[in-house]
Amino acid sequence: MSTASAPKLTRKDFVTDQDVRWCPGCGDYSILAQVQKVFPELGVPRENIVFISGIGCSSRFPYYMNTYGFHSIHGRAPAIATGLKVSRPDLMVWVVTGDGDGLSIGGNHLIHALRRNVDLKILLFNNRIYGLTKGQYSPTSELGKITKSTPLGSADHPLNPLLLALGADATFIARTIDVEAKHQQDIIRRAAEHKGSAFVEILQNCNVYNDGAFAALTDRETKADTQLVLEHGKPMIFGKNRDRGIRLNGLTPEVVTLGNGVSTADLLVHDEHDPVIAFLLSRMAPPEFPTPIGVLRVEQKPTFDALMNRQIEEAKAKFGEGDLEKLLHRGDVWTVP
Amino acid sequence: MATNPIGAPLQKPVQERESVVIRFAGDSGDGMQLTGMQFTTESVLAGNDIGTLPDFPAEIRAPAGTLYGVSAFQVNFSSKNVYTAGDDLDALVVMNPAALKTNLPDLKPNGILIYDTAEFTESNLKKAEYTQNPLEDGSLDKYQVYPVEITKITTLALKDLNLPNRSVMRCRNFFALGVVSWLFNRPIEPTQKWIKERFRRNPEVMEANLRALQAGYHYGENTEIFASSYEVKPAPIAPGTYRNITGNTATALGFLAAAYKAGLPLFLGSYPITPASDVLHELATFKNFNVYTFQAEDEIAGVGSALGAAFGGAIGITTTAGPGMNLKAETIGLAAAVELPLVITDIQRAGPSTGMPTKPEQADLLQALYGRHGEAPLPVIAAATPADCFYAAFEAVRIAVKYMTPVILLTDGYLANASEPWLLPAVSDLPEIKVEFRTDPHGFFPYLRDETTLARPWVRPGTPGLEHRIGGLEKDYLTGNISYAPLNHEQMVRVRYRKMAKITQDIPPTKIDGPDRGKLLVIGWGSTYGSIAAAVKEFQEQGKAVSHVHLRYLNPLPADLGGIIARFDKVLVPEMNMGQLLRVLRAEYLVDAVGLNKIQGRPFKVAEIAARIARMLEE
Repeated sequence: MSTASAPKLTRKDFVTDQDVRWCPGCGDYSILAQVQKVFPELGVPRENIVFISGIGCSSRFPYYMNTYGFHSIHGRAPAIATGLKVSRPDLMVWVVTGDGDGLSIGGNHLIHALRRNVDLKILLFNNRIYGLTKGQYSPTSELGKITKSTPLGSADHPLNPLLLALGADATFIARTIDVEAKHQQDIIRRAAEHKGSAFVEILQNCNVYNDGAFAALTDRETKADTQLVLEHGKPMIFGKNRDRGIRLNGLTPEVVTLGNGVSTADLLVHDEHDPVIAFLLSRMAPPEFPTPIGVLRVEQKPTFDALMNRQIEEAKAKFGEGDLEKLLHRGDVWTVP
Repeated sequence: MATNPIGAPLQKPVQERESVVIRFAGDSGDGMQLTGMQFTTESVLAGNDIGTLPDFPAEIRAPAGTLYGVSAFQVNFSSKNVYTAGDDLDALVVMNPAALKTNLPDLKPNGILIYDTAEFTESNLKKAEYTQNPLEDGSLDKYQVYPVEITKITTLALKDLNLPNRSVMRCRNFFALGVVSWLFNRPIEPTQKWIKERFRRNPEVMEANLRALQAGYHYGENTEIFASSYEVKPAPIAPGTYRNITGNTATALGFLAAAYKAGLPLFLGSYPITPASDVLHELATFKNFNVYTFQAEDEIAGVGSALGAAFGGAIGITTTAGPGMNLKAETIGLAAAVELPLVITDIQRAGPSTGMPTKPEQADLLQALYGRHGEAPLPVIAAATPADCFYAAFEAVRIAVKYMTPVILLTDGYLANASEPWLLPAVSDLPEIKVEFRTDPHGFFPYLRDETTLARPWVRPGTPGLEHRIGGLEKDYLTGNISYAPLNHEQMVRVRYRKMAKITQDIPPTKIDGPDRGKLLVIGWGSTYGSIAAAVKEFQEQGKAVSHVHLRYLNPLPADLGGIIARFDKVLVPEMNMGQLLRVLRAEYLVDAVGLNKIQGRPFKVAEIAARIARMLEE
């Protein structure tokens, strides 16, 4: 995919001439900026990158990336991307979706893209609200959410995107936050480097319809206590004074304070390759726990697109390049003189 | 040569017939489809023209002996040209009472009825809902009835093989095939060859089936049950190499051939659905032709993945039936908006909803023409016969890539499973499909159109300097950037219509079967071709001014069609729906055309169309 001789790209190379039409203050601006910052470092020529999106605020994304792009229909981006990636494994294919697009109308396509391990990079902007349709609750909105469509509060239990990805056995699962520029760049880079479907949940603030949904997580005063920043091979420590951590009590994680006989050695050490830890992390939520961000899980297994293309290569090796004339004459044929 | 009881050589007389329609019917476990297909192969090798019609139950394993578990296969073999699988039966072979009950109404008076005596037990009669035994109550008096001890003699013939009873019972269909092969002077060598090939890893079963076939053949020859046999002379068939082909196989090969000619990979995204799945099965075996077959998670992903592949520069196709068409509609609309080539195949079945999945209907025409939101005109192409599915599929791809548009291909459950001999084309004789991807960034705009086709450029991602974005939002006429400008939208809607009109330049002059003016024009589309052609021919042979036009292009309609219609006094439109093409023709040409509508999940009989033609000629 990368070519050594390609000229060095800059952020500007990935900016289009289109006006960005998100609301001022939208978290999407930061995500776009981080993607445009990281992409020149990937070493992938611009023409070999494709962004495919569905419908929703997030799905406007391809218009602002100076790569190939396809703004499709609601929820279907993973299906379209699968067809593209399978038939064009030489391309780097990104899917941009949201909590409504990817988890509600398009939930089916998302889980199947993940379980097939299609080599797609899927960025799911989770703002826990329907923004484009002006403020209905979404599948990730908290129970009791009061919106225009639920004036008495929603009666739906929310869906956990990370757990869904784990259930689909996704080979790369991560979470980051729109305003955490540096962290987000790292995660985007990791997703880009992963061979297989990479699922990234980006917690994103909708300042018009769900402002402050993640305030506790992003507030300067509180974030050290509410974020658990995951690092592979490192004990799970958080807190303003770096004095709190996650310990396993049997099979149950618990928050402990270091000192009084509790040391770092007692803490759970993050292992990106351990699905059990990924499961425990995916269920950690406030108020009892900090919110884990970072890479929860990485696993290497053959990608769907590679397997599909291997079948074609193997068929060619076995039967030779297809000969249509011969094929038409296959089976019981007879000749009338 | 066998001998008769007094020792003289027995040579039974042979009666010549112009054509014979035979149906094999039995339980779904009795192997009737196989028997029918083998009889078909024997008949084509005997030089006849043929038409076949399988009829199988929707249930995968229906309880044995029940009426809804009956499976049948009909073959029309003739010394003349065959257009259909035939109307009424000259011969009927039934393996049990249920098969008798469901199929007897189609047997002609004095027709040949062969049945297995052992199966007419009290319990089987009850399962077939007979209150009295039809063998005894006189209800079969108007037929030539041949009771054959199929079960008993098959068992005797295989006795020393010591096979389990279950395996013996499975050989009965070959005994029956042996009997009718003798009765109609068919060579059994092709079937012997097939059995040897099919069971080469199971010598016992091979031997058993060969013996059953042979025993049946000798039974016809040697016993006195049949006074004579029948012969159907070879048909005058154009020289060339033939194979027998079903519509679904032809559809698969047509797509393959088109991608082959275009020099591009073929990508099929599909979700299993009756009666379309065989196209997926077939194409899945052609991977060495750069064929991707993707069994998607649902109908929407089937078409979505195909559209994604088309965006990447492959020939993207999807296959489905009516219910799947509904689910795909939104994506087809997207394909129309982004103007990418894509072929959507609707193998129509009886609806609405789940309807009768194994039975054909033509009731998706209006859906194909109009079943999208917004103004989203698309080319619609229909196949007329099983072998014609090849050319229709090929043409659908050719139009799609030439005009950068999704195309809907219509076949149906009858064409899908019916078969006919196909004169194999030379690959070099197939039309060229020229694809030129745009690579020049100079003066590039995603919606800059070709003047003659109004097609926009097809750009493969990976092409430097041509990075661009497309999508479902309305776009600027030239740049493709999002535009809500009122006049631009109207311009875009109109140009998408004009593009459809441009396609008429690719439609050859309409073939009129019969005089180019006259009393009555019969207009059809799709699988009614055979029945209409055969019916019209009857009148033409009587010198009547009746003609037949069969439409391949339903949108756009051929430019010369209006003029043709105007030259006839009356227009008849037979359809397996409530009059969908009829509605289009009346609207388009202000013609007072009349419909003939059959909605029974069964093709028209020739006689049904002929009767209507006769009435219209008298009126």
